[in-house]
Amino acid sequence: MASTIIGNGYMEGFAKGTIYRGKLKSVCFPGLNCYSCPGAYTSCPIGSLQSVAAGLKHQVSLYVIGFLMLVGTIGGRLVCGWLCPFGFFQELLYKIPSKKFKMPKILNKVKYFFLVVFVLLLPAFFTNEVGIGLPYFCKYICPAGTLEAGIPLTIKNAALRGAIGIMYYWKLMLLTVTIIFSILISRPFCRAVCPLGAIYSLFNSVSFYRMSVDGTKCTKCNVCNKNCPVDIKIYENANSPECVRCGKCVDRCPTKAIKSGFISEKKGRLNHEKILDASCGADNSH
Amino acid sequence: MKEKTKYILLLMSFVLIAMGVYRGEVKEVLQKAINICLECIGIG
Repeated sequence: MASTIIGNGYMEGFAKGTIYRGKLKSVCFPGLNCYSCPGAYTSCPIGSLQSVAAGLKHQVSLYVIGFLMLVGTIGGRLVCGWLCPFGFFQELLYKIPSKKFKMPKILNKVKYFFLVVFVLLLPAFFTNEVGIGLPYFCKYICPAGTLEAGIPLTIKNAALRGAIGIMYYWKLMLLTVTIIFSILISRPFCRAVCPLGAIYSLFNSVSFYRMSVDGTKCTKCNVCNKNCPVDIKIYENANSPECVRCGKCVDRCPTKAIKSGFISEKKGRLNHEKILDASCGADNSH
Repeated sequence: MKEKTKYILLLMSFVLIAMGVYRGEVKEVLQKAINICLECIGIG
């Protein structure tokens, strides 16, 4: 919540229907936070990745890829659990009382499709005759842009309001669908759609920040799984690509078997994790 | 092995950021970010 407020603290933007135009905007925010949000001080990494690829000079942004690699190597999906404003939004929605559903695990893979096709390939290669592409994920998919930028800007800015067309309603519909699903299913966008989560997930198994499960204490009671927002069994793979490292399992574990932090393998603190892997056959070797 | 991998990735990330800065990508990111992204808000 604090990161959402700090990252979007430019109140003048909300009041006037404009955006922050200072030099901080050349720095990316680690989470999914639209750079056209009136309050945003920084850039959206997914938007920046597409905008550089869609431009004339480069097809891949080394600057943004390097930034994402840095954040991913430090924390993996720690950002998803703690810093992402859109993740926080989904967490709030899931607190609304209703019947809750589980998401089919196969949908976890769909976010990689959005990453490869809509963020990397289409902006770089599906260009006009001059060679300029479009930020396809932002344009056709991203509900965060509608929530954080589209709605507040069109409320306050009459010129933008006058330009509303069919695409605006398409994105509003996608946001509505995301909201409905987020009430019924925990973090559906993070798990099935988010290309930023897809990138960070690649680093979960190697990042400095790690989860570990003490196999000698774990009773496989599944309290961790019942409280997990992404429905994983952490004792099967402590550093699963799907884990957003929110720490709910750490807090709720009745035997205090789960730990998280900047754990160094060299210091031997992950030895119990190896014991667990050997006992349950999970692919979590180091 | 993974202990080494994370240090290699960390080094690579700094190299990539430096290369991106050298190629002038910071300016490109800033240029896009300081203007309202019409595609993002569903108007462009």
